[in-house]
Amino acid sequence: MNLSLELMLQLCIIMPLLATLAIVASGRHPNIREGVTIATCLALIFLVVSLYQGLSAGESISVYWWELLPGLTISFDIEPLGMLFALVASFLWLVTTIYAIGYMRSHQEKNQTRFYVCFAVAIGAVMGLAFSANLFTLFIFYEVLTLSTYPLVTHAGTEKAKKGGRIYLGILLSTSIVFFLLAIVSTWLVAGTLDFTLGGIFADDVDKVIASILLVLFIFGIGKAAIMPFHRWLPAAMVAPTPVSSLLHAVAVVKAGVFTVLKVCIFIFGLDLLAELPSTQFLLYLAGASVLLASLIAMRQDNLKARLAYSTVSQLGYITIGALLATSSGVIGSSMHIAMHAFGKITLFFCAGAILVTLHKSKISEMRGIGRQMPVTMIAFFIASLSIIGVPPTGGTWSKWYLMMGTIETEQFVLMVILMLSTLLNIAYLLPIAFHAFFPNLTSFKTSDKSNNTTNITKERLPSFEIKEAPLPSLIAIVVTTLGCLTLFIYPQPLFDLASAILTGRG
Amino acid sequence: MIAHLPILQVIIPLLAAPICLLLNRSKLVWLFSLLASGLAFSISILLLQQVMTSGVISYELGGWQAPWGIEYRIDNLNAFLLLIISGISTVVLFAAQTSIEKEIPKDKHVYFYVLYLLSLTGMLGIVATGDAFNVFVFLEISSLSAYALIAMGNKRQALWASYQYLIMGTIGATFILIGIGLMYQMTGTLNMEDLSQRLPEVAQTRTVFVSFVFVIVGVCLKLAMFPLHLWLPNAYAYAPSIVTAFFAATATKVAVYLLIRFTFSVFGLSFSFTTIPLQTLFMALGLFGIFVASTTAIYQSNVKHLFAYSSIAQIGYMIVGFSLSTVTGLTATLLHMFNHALMKGAIFLALAAVVYRVGNVELKNFRGLGRQMPLTMAAIVIGGLSLIGVPLTVGFVSKWYLLTALVEQGWWPIAVLILLGSMLAVVYVWRVIEVAYFKEPLEQNVEVKEAPMSFLIPIWTLVIANIYFGIDTRLSVQVAEAAAQSLFGVSP
Amino acid sequence: MLIGLFNDWIVVVLMMIGLYIVIAHGNLIKKLIGLTIFQTSVFIFYISMAKIDGGTAPILADGITQYSNPLPHVLILTAIVVGIATTALGLSLVVRIKESYNSIEEEEIQQQDNDEQLSTNKAEENA
Repeated sequence: MNLSLELMLQLCIIMPLLATLAIVASGRHPNIREGVTIATCLALIFLVVSLYQGLSAGESISVYWWELLPGLTISFDIEPLGMLFALVASFLWLVTTIYAIGYMRSHQEKNQTRFYVCFAVAIGAVMGLAFSANLFTLFIFYEVLTLSTYPLVTHAGTEKAKKGGRIYLGILLSTSIVFFLLAIVSTWLVAGTLDFTLGGIFADDVDKVIASILLVLFIFGIGKAAIMPFHRWLPAAMVAPTPVSSLLHAVAVVKAGVFTVLKVCIFIFGLDLLAELPSTQFLLYLAGASVLLASLIAMRQDNLKARLAYSTVSQLGYITIGALLATSSGVIGSSMHIAMHAFGKITLFFCAGAILVTLHKSKISEMRGIGRQMPVTMIAFFIASLSIIGVPPTGGTWSKWYLMMGTIETEQFVLMVILMLSTLLNIAYLLPIAFHAFFPNLTSFKTSDKSNNTTNITKERLPSFEIKEAPLPSLIAIVVTTLGCLTLFIYPQPLFDLASAILTGRG
Repeated sequence: MIAHLPILQVIIPLLAAPICLLLNRSKLVWLFSLLASGLAFSISILLLQQVMTSGVISYELGGWQAPWGIEYRIDNLNAFLLLIISGISTVVLFAAQTSIEKEIPKDKHVYFYVLYLLSLTGMLGIVATGDAFNVFVFLEISSLSAYALIAMGNKRQALWASYQYLIMGTIGATFILIGIGLMYQMTGTLNMEDLSQRLPEVAQTRTVFVSFVFVIVGVCLKLAMFPLHLWLPNAYAYAPSIVTAFFAATATKVAVYLLIRFTFSVFGLSFSFTTIPLQTLFMALGLFGIFVASTTAIYQSNVKHLFAYSSIAQIGYMIVGFSLSTVTGLTATLLHMFNHALMKGAIFLALAAVVYRVGNVELKNFRGLGRQMPLTMAAIVIGGLSLIGVPLTVGFVSKWYLLTALVEQGWWPIAVLILLGSMLAVVYVWRVIEVAYFKEPLEQNVEVKEAPMSFLIPIWTLVIANIYFGIDTRLSVQVAEAAAQSLFGVSP
Repeated sequence: MLIGLFNDWIVVVLMMIGLYIVIAHGNLIKKLIGLTIFQTSVFIFYISMAKIDGGTAPILADGITQYSNPLPHVLILTAIVVGIATTALGLSLVVRIKESYNSIEEEEIQQQDNDEQLSTNKAEENA
């Protein structure tokens, strides 16, 4: 195949959209439909990897599509941060699709065609977002992503799903239109351009007060980054089917949020300006509070998916902190954390879904002893938990390391303490789940459980120890992402190279 | 022929109306009206081209020279409006025959088209003419036919709505007439161009001041600007669906045009915005309109009512852009006139299709329509997204310009309010969407099918226009900017 | 001042009477009468505006130098026609309202509409 890199870049965005047509056309034949989806996934990975090679070879790849309004263009450009995000998203899309096939079939969900269509549109939007060359393009795809995921969140069509969907759409649309759009318009008027430029686009003598306000508007406006108090949509969106929660709310949507935060910090403000702004400090503490509070709330959740959702809110705070620290370690830590957290959290969600499908359990208090029935799933859960916490031998170690480094370099000791505390909380709310799954009689980790007399009951409740794992496609997906967590510990070099290339320009 | 385009623009639908009476066969009349409206549309395209390339066109009616005779004056602004009106009219007419089959008794079909064409004539005339008194005459032509059209609605509430509109509309038009009379008293001329040159000499007199107030209040009544909007919701809700689609997309735009024409051209910018605190007043009223009308829209159970209130809110946006009295602000207003015509045209046509299939547009009847009438509902969704101002739709373009205009002037709080206002649009649009897509259909509606092609084609023409002009903004932005600049006397 | 602007005073008084009737009266016919008075005041305003002291009808004739201004008169002819059309349309609407509501009182019509709304809402709740 002799495609030019520019063409490949465009294909990355267009192909998933074209695939929707094929998916709709083959809607009556699930096998063909899902075959189309997987073929698209594979092709997408191929494209992204080729682009990655192109980028590594030092080629500059940019595409100009259309001038929407005078001076405001839809154009694309590849730089390491976007590349990193695209790689993670496209790879995990494949895994999730495989998982979804198992999940959706065994759950006998309705409207599966609509599901796969929206899925494909969402991934197309993510690609567009990752490669956008200016804030305007990014905003467009940001909104497309919000709207295309709404039908996924409300997939069940129940009253609860509708309510979740309302909160989801309400918060994401209102923050993005009220704050984000306002910030973009103001930036456009102040700076005269919206192109992502290394070192920022504001003039050196820009009014610090205005820039500060803009920064606050941006951070609030990027509701997908789920900084408190705009995090409510994330737990609300958990009514969605598990594959949706896992891809969209562990990878695509939330990562699109923090990715945008990083983009804005690095390429709109520039780290130098960022470090000088008075509001940066305020936002850092806000993000810190978000990290800590979300962890505390997570401890109190009995619904596994809700607990994971709050854990995500907390982890996203890490990435925002890393971006706002405005140092190279912070940026490296943040961008690596995008990948690390994605792998860890998606595994956790996969496991939650697997438990739901096979054992029909969604409450943590009911999950004692299930390790004997679903050993693979629960081992995966354990490893992924480690990655989220950030201990070896998992990938999460590296990103946390760099984030810590960032806080030390900038002497933000309060934040350092917050990060450490939060790590402890991570341990407290994640590990007991895995431990209790294997050792139901263990009582030392009682913190999060409501019932104290479960010891006897659980014994009675576990009449059979026969192994009953999730459907095969789902299981494969779980194993793949778990291996990903481990691999990223042993072999983080390419990721690190990409992350450190962000600040130096081309990789 | 080319030289006579300005008058042909108005006279074709005017002459077509009585011919309809002669033809006297429903289907034939429909085709004929469509032809007339289509001709008007092509003329407006030609006019716009001509204006864009060679500047203002002045046409002297009957060969009488300008200040004495009646002059038709087409500049960028007029041409832009003519295009919107005749374009929407043509698209809407396309669906008319199918729609009125169910809503209007057969023996009245011919009258419907006669009135429709007269109403079109009136609107085109208001925009095309350069003579202040002529404005009044055309205003009454379009209004009188509008009252009659609204009264054709199949519920008895339509009569009552029409009566109320008649009272309010006549008061508004008479106010304008008084204003024009006072202007004439002071200057001895009725030609707008001439007025704009002579009024400044006498600008300090109380008479001019009073005439200004009369004209503005009269126009605002026609405009349904908050708080003078009370006639609009019922008139829109009970009129035949086709009429609603046509008026919602065009009638208020014409009134906005009059507002702009009188304040910017006739009385002049310095008089309108310095002598009188028009800026503060209009901005406040515009914002109130946005919030009050959007909130009211949320609580409506009739979807036509809902979108009628939304129209009042959208007028609020236009008024806010207008009140800034800057080039960008006015560009935003003009763009929104164009864009709003597209979105409301699409939405109300889709509602007409729902009426055709379901019988009415009570919200409860929308249950399950997402599945039964997928294309129609998709049109409402896209129109709704456009109302909210989602990127890649026309609504985003106007919102972007309005924001730019506000931030440019440092009106940050207003910008935030505007955006919050558009969040209310999310709420009322989503009420419809949730019912349509997440509820099972009512028992009596199980058999409902997708609307016929005669609806789908015009609906989707407008929907695609919504997206197309949201992406390719060259035409709309260029014309709107040129029009705004020429109103400010800046050569483009 | 009172005498000098005599015609203007008449106009203003008529205008206010007309508007008052439109707003204050609930009877649809009376409203229309008010509207007509209101419009008539404007006609008088235009006509009196054109009259010049000592001016005659604008016909060219020897020895006459002052003419009244014919233009407002012509204009107001048009406005009168429009006014008649409005009144006619209004009256025909009232006839049809009377047919379908059996009343021409604003309050009663409003009442009937509200009742209808309420009963449909109730029917919905029962269902």
